[in-house]
Amino acid sequence: MELRKSYFADQRRDNLHEVGQPRPRSDSPGHVTGKTAYFADRNFPGMLHLKMVRSPHHHARIRGIDTSEAEKHPGVVKVLTAKDVPHNVYTILILIQIGPEDETVLADGKVRWKGEAVVAVLAETERAAQEAAAKVKVDYEVLPAVFDMEEALKPGAPLVNEYHGQNYYLYDSGECRKVRFGDIEAGFATADHILEQTYSSSPIEHAPTETTGCIVAPEGNDRFTCYTNTQAMFFTLDNASIILQMPGSKLHFVGGTVGGGFGGKVDVIVEPIAILGAKLTGRPVSFIYSREEEMQISSPRAAEKIIIKDGVMNDGRIVARKVTGYTDAGAYSRHSPYGAQKGAAHYPGPYTIPNVWIDTYCVYTNRTPSSAMRGFGVTIGDFALEVQMDKLARLIGMDPLEFRFINTYRDGDMKAHRQPTEGAALIECMQEASRAANWPVAEKFLAMSSYAKGA
Amino acid sequence: MAIRRGRGVAAINYPTGMNLGGDPTQALVHSTPTGNFMVTLSSVDLGQGMKQIMAQICAETIGVPTDRVVVDTADTDTGPHCMGTFASRGTHRAGNAVIQAAREARQVMLEVAAEELEVNASDLETDGQGNIIVKGAPQKSISIFDVALSAHFKRGRSISGRGMFLIPRSYPEKETGAMKPSTCYAHACTVAEVEVDDETGEVTVLTVKNVFEIGRALNPKMVEQQLVGGSWMGISHALYETTEPYYPSRDHGGTDFNQYLMPGPGDLAKTEIIVLERPSADGPYGAKGPGEMCANPQIPAVANAIFDAVGVRIDTLPITPERILRALKAHAPN
Repeated sequence: MELRKSYFADQRRDNLHEVGQPRPRSDSPGHVTGKTAYFADRNFPGMLHLKMVRSPHHHARIRGIDTSEAEKHPGVVKVLTAKDVPHNVYTILILIQIGPEDETVLADGKVRWKGEAVVAVLAETERAAQEAAAKVKVDYEVLPAVFDMEEALKPGAPLVNEYHGQNYYLYDSGECRKVRFGDIEAGFATADHILEQTYSSSPIEHAPTETTGCIVAPEGNDRFTCYTNTQAMFFTLDNASIILQMPGSKLHFVGGTVGGGFGGKVDVIVEPIAILGAKLTGRPVSFIYSREEEMQISSPRAAEKIIIKDGVMNDGRIVARKVTGYTDAGAYSRHSPYGAQKGAAHYPGPYTIPNVWIDTYCVYTNRTPSSAMRGFGVTIGDFALEVQMDKLARLIGMDPLEFRFINTYRDGDMKAHRQPTEGAALIECMQEASRAANWPVAEKFLAMSSYAKGA
Repeated sequence: MAIRRGRGVAAINYPTGMNLGGDPTQALVHSTPTGNFMVTLSSVDLGQGMKQIMAQICAETIGVPTDRVVVDTADTDTGPHCMGTFASRGTHRAGNAVIQAAREARQVMLEVAAEELEVNASDLETDGQGNIIVKGAPQKSISIFDVALSAHFKRGRSISGRGMFLIPRSYPEKETGAMKPSTCYAHACTVAEVEVDDETGEVTVLTVKNVFEIGRALNPKMVEQQLVGGSWMGISHALYETTEPYYPSRDHGGTDFNQYLMPGPGDLAKTEIIVLERPSADGPYGAKGPGEMCANPQIPAVANAIFDAVGVRIDTLPITPERILRALKAHAPN
């Protein structure tokens, strides 16, 4: 790595003592010698193991659940179903007043994705819990499922989630989050060329080294300590408090050493049910995802579909950009309505375009709920935007890097979501990339600055 | 049939934080009797090194070496509220809270030192080595060790501070979408060079040259580890990863690392990282959040390089050999 101190030197103090110094990480020796304690390194006498009975169907009505054989299985201490969960229907963003509550801790009457948790089994050993889980009998009536976002949005599509009433998230702005800037049709009318392209992606796993999990120990005084690898301590504690209808003062969360998160550990999934198990049995409870659960049960990055329509001039100026984005939330909201909205704010990318129209939809389908992941609401959008930029440059016969210089935002430029640009630095990144990659651009682009227009 | 070479570029920006929900983080700082400093948080270190960075920020602000600072975090019985570690917010939000707390603690520390030295607190400064000196008269000084002892056992002062950083929630305007979704933006431009085997559809990423603008490299070595790792993840997203390879079909989903494809060490490109620093107005010592953005530009850069190499566009991620071969077949003259 090289620090290029010549850029923006007038805006920076480089004489600090500690900041800017490559100090060795104080936690590195523990990590590389195996001495760092993670949540799963805790072991308590009498600890129970929790395993989930999961739906084998993408969409089904539950006619009945028979746990009698599982309860008789040697080593089984407790079997939990929906009726045991005090506030079973929840949604995590309710803490910032984004509803409706649309997901069940344990399925109640219906399952909406293959892998959904239906029954929790607590046993003396992991093996006993697994064996007993296999003995739970669930009588399903399979329902038609929908997997494709376009199909889900058509009239008459199977309804994925009754708490929403339609297969998309209803924002205060309607069926999508909208950004409107300038006059999009006037922009297209003046364009020399119009290019409309569709981009898409598939769900992606965070693939952390350490799978999602927690260990809960009763403190003996009606309080419970939850050792967890969540990325958000109080967010998880407060949601657990709502789900369990238990004062937050009864909960003590300990974490902060995590073997990789990437956004995969901000859903509140393992903690509430493990705390409930500890409360109802009076014993410590361990609930740790297997690698298979981490891969197919924990929320992935959403699949997206993005349609970009651009109007561009022969001189390289983009005069209109219309983006329609679809985020596949799967069966439940989790963080997806927020991610789709973040996408709306991110388009049209780091470019100054006078006419912009953005619609972003959060769509429900019968698949594993998606949620936050590194680059939430932005990563796939950047793929679409930057491939589109390459296509536009080639369409008008311009060098792709020079084409970006012409459109890149600079300080003071108004963004589509009506915030003035501050602290821009993309021009300089491209100038340095031009040099580093030996990708020549015209001298006038190397003379540009993010500080102000005029080059 | 041949190995064909191409290169592609991508340029991006990335927002810091999540203002669409309200974005608070708090910090507490106090000194021990012998002048070490404890930072108490409830933020989570995901392995990126947040504890180390918070220690350096606290040390810089108080004016002591970093090894005099201990970070105690992620215990809800002791640590004040943090929204969480996500949205590239950890360093920015918690860092600002730590600065505010450390400034308050530093002020008390200087007041106690002023009483001991019989001067005005405003005439004092720290030397960064563990001493407080009179400005312009460095021979007149007192160690922070002695100041802390005095505060605890003689003067009855608590050398401590509270820090709170809140970005108030922004509500998007319904019709226009006017909103303030984040604070400062990090930037990147990436050039990727690939080879594509037009017989097998296999892509080899030869080089990835990344230029990242991140506000301020608070610890350049840690910045490097995060940016290099992110760059690898970008290649992985571009060419390999998905839990549903035939999306929207739910079949063939991988359940372990044998089935879920990711690049191995031999599949990673020669990676170059160049860092620019334009300090952000509201960041701790100018830092922005580069944690997420560093994995983004490689994806379109690789996609554009593949087009440059073989003349077909794959607009669906991941860009697998199967998709490339199908596209080549569709484009081939009969």
